[in-house]
Amino acid sequence: MAHIWRMIAQRLGFGLLTLFVVSIIIFGATELLPGDFAQAVLGQAATPEAVANIRRELGLDQPVYVRYFDWLFGVMQGDFGTSLAQRGRPVSEMIMSRLGNTFFLAIYAAAMAVPLALTLGVLVALWRNSLFDRVANSTALSAISFPEFFVAYILIFVLAQSGYFPSMARMPAGADLGEKLYRAFLPALTLTLVVTAHMMRMTRAAIINLLASPYIEMARLKGMRPSRVIIRHALPNAIAPIANVVAINLAYLITGVVVVEVVFVYPGLGQLMVDSVSRRDIPVVQAIALIFAAAYVLLNLTADVISTLSNPRLMHRT
Amino acid sequence: MNASTRNPGLTRRGLLKSAGAIGAAGLILPASYRKAMAEPKRGGTFRIGFGHGNTTDSLNPALWDQAFVQVLGNTMHNYLTVIGADGQLEPELAESWEASSDAATWTFKLREGVTFHNGKDLVAADVIASLNHHRGEDSASAAAPIVEAITDIRADGDKVVVITLQAGDADFPFILSDYHLPILPAEDGRIDYDNGIGCGGYILESFEPGVDAHFTRNPDYWKSDRAWFDRVELYAILDSAARQNALITGEVDVIDRPDLNTIHMLERAGVNIISVSGTQHYTFAMDSRADPFSNNHVRLALKYGVNRQQMVDTILSGFGVVGNDHPIGRSNRFHADDLEQREFDPDRARHHLREAGLDSLTVDLSAADAAFAGAVDAAVLFSESAAQAGININPVREPSDGYWSNVWMVKPFSAVYWGGRPTEDWMFSTAFAAGAPWNDGFWEHERFEELLRAARSELDEDLRAEMYFEMQQIVRDEGAIVIPMFSDYVMATADNVMTPDQIGANTTLDGVRATERWWFA
Repeated sequence: MAHIWRMIAQRLGFGLLTLFVVSIIIFGATELLPGDFAQAVLGQAATPEAVANIRRELGLDQPVYVRYFDWLFGVMQGDFGTSLAQRGRPVSEMIMSRLGNTFFLAIYAAAMAVPLALTLGVLVALWRNSLFDRVANSTALSAISFPEFFVAYILIFVLAQSGYFPSMARMPAGADLGEKLYRAFLPALTLTLVVTAHMMRMTRAAIINLLASPYIEMARLKGMRPSRVIIRHALPNAIAPIANVVAINLAYLITGVVVVEVVFVYPGLGQLMVDSVSRRDIPVVQAIALIFAAAYVLLNLTADVISTLSNPRLMHRT
Repeated sequence: MNASTRNPGLTRRGLLKSAGAIGAAGLILPASYRKAMAEPKRGGTFRIGFGHGNTTDSLNPALWDQAFVQVLGNTMHNYLTVIGADGQLEPELAESWEASSDAATWTFKLREGVTFHNGKDLVAADVIASLNHHRGEDSASAAAPIVEAITDIRADGDKVVVITLQAGDADFPFILSDYHLPILPAEDGRIDYDNGIGCGGYILESFEPGVDAHFTRNPDYWKSDRAWFDRVELYAILDSAARQNALITGEVDVIDRPDLNTIHMLERAGVNIISVSGTQHYTFAMDSRADPFSNNHVRLALKYGVNRQQMVDTILSGFGVVGNDHPIGRSNRFHADDLEQREFDPDRARHHLREAGLDSLTVDLSAADAAFAGAVDAAVLFSESAAQAGININPVREPSDGYWSNVWMVKPFSAVYWGGRPTEDWMFSTAFAAGAPWNDGFWEHERFEELLRAARSELDEDLRAEMYFEMQQIVRDEGAIVIPMFSDYVMATADNVMTPDQIGANTTLDGVRATERWWFA
């Protein structure tokens, strides 16, 4: 078990380093974009005087490295600064409600997609090359091949214009869980359709791969039912690749759903990130980038821990 | 300033034709819309979906730009003056005003009995602090140029404000209706915009930038015949398909900027389309300092080389009118109705090229959809029509991101959006006066400057009209801006949304006053 703890500590250390590098890259990349906050927020109405005054007020006239280290020291003390656009509002407060929305949608979609994908994956492995396998595969592949917004529009056309579900996933203040689930159903379903195929096919491939192993043949020869062979003997050994693909898809559900947010008018982090980049609101961009990077780091770490735990050979390596 | 409203069954073209036949002054409404003239009544939650809204929006009026925050401002705040639906200036917090004989000193008498949402009475100090928010050396306000002419503001008692200008300006009270200039309560000579307190018809309940804003009706509002709704909710719905779906599925009651390409589908879904022709126009700005645009014959060749009607039909799907290379809209007071409309004429374009000593001309035209929706397509259309006159326009697709800082007024020939201004002087001073920060043609004209100054301080309406007519002609024939089209303000409303029979044409959503002027059936 000590081996696991050491791995976690080591990986968290590397994770911090990753976040540091990400913060430099994002800061640099935002600097490389043409224009800055003052120009972006004034837009067509920008005059040189107003731009200069905003820059001076916000300290944007300082050199890049001064601004970066100011920001970095703030972050080390747990202060992510204030948004350039709303001086009275700490970034953390701005992000919190959006983060909650993003997690809610990600968990909602994952709660539908992961069981569905794993069940389908096991079933298609069990009945591989049957009609069921082909139909399930081609349906899932078509769902993943359409762009997300197209899937979303189809769902709106079928399920929202007929009045079953709302086309806008906005949450009224004080909505209870039932209403939240109802209002966010279409975006969650869209995401489910988008991520299911990947996980399902990976499950299928991992299981089928194992089915050629001698110990599976042994199990079959002693007369075990095919479903039992797969669930008892193949699946536990397929956990590592499955955990990895699930982690990647969960990370995607947190970081990559801006298109779905826009189509369903869902106030999540993706939209905030895009807006902040377009207005060069660097403190907000940085904070969100760190959250996204941390999501990848932590989910990958979790996947690795699960695969290690699921594999006694890795557990007992010294 | 016609509000043309239609229901399914009445085609836009038919409507426009009959409007033209009867005369542009008539108000044409289908019979089913007569109910709009019913008496307004209270109640309901009014929800608007906007094609704008950004997480960097704020309550700071100095940084307001697009329709979402303009409506936000006009919902929670009042202004000294307001532009009525008929385009005339109406008193709001200023009950009355008068000018000195040179129009350089203005005395505004404030309305009695107006209170802010926190119960504080409106006094002169509030007005002074609210205007000073945009003035001075340190001003970071987008409205700084329009209040630049103010040299002094002082109170004369609690209810009178005296404003002194550098020079006479007969239209000065119009400036005070600008959406950047709401009146907020002052504390120690400054305004605290973050607390969201105003004296408008609705009280701000919550504001999540880039997402939504919620209001409840102000029970103490001083206007008894305005602000009919119990609640108002504004939503940012940037995706046009999502916006239209929200209207069709009843999530919102009104949307602005419906997608003109698919608007016929909205009509089938049983919603009303409101289209108002106002001051909003799309232009191509030429840098008159740079060759070849420094030669007026080249500029004229380009002006004759654009097929205006084709642009209105394709880029605006017919929701607009052709422009005449000057920025004054048909709804403006001093629009030169008699000025001959410039038409697409490849022969004259060739003639002007020859006059400029050129056989052919090749120029790059920068455009991006940030300039206006369809700007890149418009540049391509321009290039096609100009090709018939031997002019090679090479449309360059620029990134939308940073367009206003890196392309506009930087590249010599670029596509531009103008919301227009309610007065001639304001529009000309903003974008055509020598040295003005947004003079995007970098254009200077002696006679024009002379007229601009004379007309500004002239109080005789007939003389002013004459001067503004001449200025429109000068800009049309010698200006550095191709103005091919004026774009209507287009909105779509649910069946039960009622509007007055005249809708403001100075900007979208009834002069961004829909929350105050409209009601539910």
